[in-house]
Amino acid sequence: MTPNGAAADPLLQVEDIHTHYGKSHILHGVSLDVGRGEVVGLLGRNGVGKSTTLKAIAGIVHPSAGRVLFEGRAITNLPAHRLARLGIGYVPEDRRIFPQLTVIENLRTGLDRHGVTTARKKELLDKSYGYFPVLAERRNQFGGTLSGGEQQMLAIARAMMLEPKIILLDEPTEGLMPRMVSQIRDIIGVLHRDGVAVLLVEQNVPLTLDAGQRIYIIEKGVVRHHAPAAELRADDAPIHRYMGV
Amino acid sequence: MRDRQPIIFWSGFAVIVALLIASPLLLPPFWSRFVTEILIWGLVAMSSDLLIGYTGMVSFGHSAFFGLGMYGAAFVLLETKPPSLWAALTAGLLAAAAVAAFVAYFSTRLRDIYFAITTLIFSQIFYIVIFTWTELTGGENGLTFSRPALAIPGLFTLRFTPMVLHWFVLAIVVLSYLLLRRVTQSPFGMVLQSIRENEARTRAIGYPIERYKIVAVMLSGLFAGLAGVLYALQNQFAAPNFVFFVLSGEVVIYNVIGGIGTLVGPIVGAAFFLLLREGLSRFFTEYYLIPVGLMFIAMVIFMPQGLLGFARRWLNR
Amino acid sequence: MQWLHAVPWDLLLIQTINGIVTGMILALVASGLTLIFGIMDVVNFAHGEFLMLGAYIAVLTIVATHSFWLALIIASLGTALIGALVYVTTLRPLLGRDPLTTILATFGISLVLQNYALWQFGPVARKIPEPFTGSIAVFHLDYSLYRLMIAGLSAAIIGGFWLFLKFGIWGIWIRATTQDRIMAQAMGIPVPWVLAGVFAIGSAMAGASGVLFGPLVGVDHAMGFDWILRAFIVVVVGGMGSLGGSVLAALFISLLEAYSSLWVSPAQAGIVSFVVLILTLLFRPTGLFVATPK
Repeated sequence: MTPNGAAADPLLQVEDIHTHYGKSHILHGVSLDVGRGEVVGLLGRNGVGKSTTLKAIAGIVHPSAGRVLFEGRAITNLPAHRLARLGIGYVPEDRRIFPQLTVIENLRTGLDRHGVTTARKKELLDKSYGYFPVLAERRNQFGGTLSGGEQQMLAIARAMMLEPKIILLDEPTEGLMPRMVSQIRDIIGVLHRDGVAVLLVEQNVPLTLDAGQRIYIIEKGVVRHHAPAAELRADDAPIHRYMGV
Repeated sequence: MRDRQPIIFWSGFAVIVALLIASPLLLPPFWSRFVTEILIWGLVAMSSDLLIGYTGMVSFGHSAFFGLGMYGAAFVLLETKPPSLWAALTAGLLAAAAVAAFVAYFSTRLRDIYFAITTLIFSQIFYIVIFTWTELTGGENGLTFSRPALAIPGLFTLRFTPMVLHWFVLAIVVLSYLLLRRVTQSPFGMVLQSIRENEARTRAIGYPIERYKIVAVMLSGLFAGLAGVLYALQNQFAAPNFVFFVLSGEVVIYNVIGGIGTLVGPIVGAAFFLLLREGLSRFFTEYYLIPVGLMFIAMVIFMPQGLLGFARRWLNR
Repeated sequence: MQWLHAVPWDLLLIQTINGIVTGMILALVASGLTLIFGIMDVVNFAHGEFLMLGAYIAVLTIVATHSFWLALIIASLGTALIGALVYVTTLRPLLGRDPLTTILATFGISLVLQNYALWQFGPVARKIPEPFTGSIAVFHLDYSLYRLMIAGLSAAIIGGFWLFLKFGIWGIWIRATTQDRIMAQAMGIPVPWVLAGVFAIGSAMAGASGVLFGPLVGVDHAMGFDWILRAFIVVVVGGMGSLGGSVLAALFISLLEAYSSLWVSPAQAGIVSFVVLILTLLFRPTGLFVATPK
């Protein structure tokens, strides 16, 4: 990490983005970055713009001002499907797996890409089944019949099928039982080990402080605080200040 | 500036009405009759605007309302001796209102696309009924009859010359415009517009929107039926092709071209379309609809507010 | 059991077959429509015109090559192309907007296409000759083999397409895009191409039905209109977006119409489908043939 707290080898750079929804001004100039293989946490209360930030990065929402750079290239207004192919995986709030596709068909939406050999596809699938045995069990079941936690696993596994360089996780532990929360924590660890960067949006503070290396705190559409996780673990005053918890 | 706007509007209005009053005196008979027809179609288009422009419901059923107004008047003019204008008007309005109520009951609970398709289908149901019930409606050949007199019993009796007819039509169209204008600016009209803006929110606030929609459809149908009566008077026949849904489609075209949500826009749209058809048919004969259709598509994409759309706010003041 | 003799069994059987034949063509037309609606929420008013264009392309191809089957292929490809063109130029710009604008736009397209055909081909109906003659004896009547073949071929096309949806890669892309367009994009699926492709496929289905149906009636510029109305009804009754539902609804409605035309005139039998629609809208608006009302 550089002295001013920015990422040393930036994979993703978000520079001062603003977004609007109709007449509402949601993001008022958010800047952050994520280094290669880094786990970065984004904390904040409900409605401050955390999800919108991820959507802007994933190309689902287009910023009205500011830029997003990926591996040094400006990707600001590229369509979402191009960004997925460039290596940005997105796991939205409420999972949004394809309900009328089976588990394996859900995974195939990420697997069936140009230039992936059949052998590699099998490898990736087996890896997924290894991390998420429940998906192997239910591989021919429709996504809509899975429980909430299982859908979360599927949503993450699906994004992993893209072999992304960074995965954007939007509140993955929301509504999950503690056992599954620790499973999510393990998955984040696995991704980090594999060299995949993670931008984690969460309201679960302990999980984020534990899994993350650097933390940003957003309030009312701007980044209010930015520090290494270790620092915040020691002194969590900023968290109380900006999140009101 | 705000105080001057109504004056500008009403003076402009007066000028246009004056010109229209004068048209049978200034124009050759063919064109004068053309203007009368424009007014009649303008009335249908205006009635449709209440639904499309103010309530946000695209209806393809206006041919049914128009057609039944026409047939209603036709029946009375054939049956009563001497043919009574007022009875014909009443009959036409009642027929149109009945059809509108029927269609409204079934269609208004449906949103956008389903509503449009259902109104279209109702149009076609009425078309088939009218087309096949030959004993009553004359089937394919329709009904022909003669014009009644413009009479107020005890006061005066006037023959319906083209000139008198034109002024009669003009009077009715102007009155209809003023009435519809009042309606759109009334609290009822405001609710309609709020339904157009955001139906869910309006419902959440507590308005029984189905009831408002039904009234809107009936009002719209009433004025379309009125236009049907006027058309019957002008042309002295009623025919099933006026109930065919293509007429509804043309009405929607007038609305879009002229500018929805303006009330006068559709009349301008009708004028534009009919003049274009008249002009293009000299070159293209039956194929005038190709350039018109292309123009329509282009307007939907690039100029959805229509010809008068830019003046929409101003016209609704 | 005397009354059994009074029942016109032979007529009923003929009408059943007729109903199935018309029903399968209707199913093919409606499949294209429901596919398009399911994936992009667009009600294509001009769908009937693609049917008409397919028939006309076939007419031209047959004049040049005398081959019905070649005409079928070329007409399908041709309408696919025209469909893709129409989509890219006219519908794609309107995707985010008010759904009513797409109704208006496709209505305009239908107008233009119909009148274009009228202009190019004139008002006199053209003929597509049946690719083979021959009939099969049903009771004391001869039933055309060609008609039976139409039903079979339509079923084959729909069945083939269903398999494609279920098992092909692009099939998964189409299904994913239909279920959640945004997440499909987030998974790298090139949604703009998928949408154009589906529109093209739907149009091709309409075009193919035009060719198949062509020999039974004349080919003229207005032939699409009848089909579009009934196809709409089938799509709504079958459940918008449901392929299976459309097939069932198409058969149901066609059979009802076929049976009613034993007692009333064909024009009046047309009201049957309208009545079914109204009843569906009143009682099961998500579709008669959809498993559970949502």
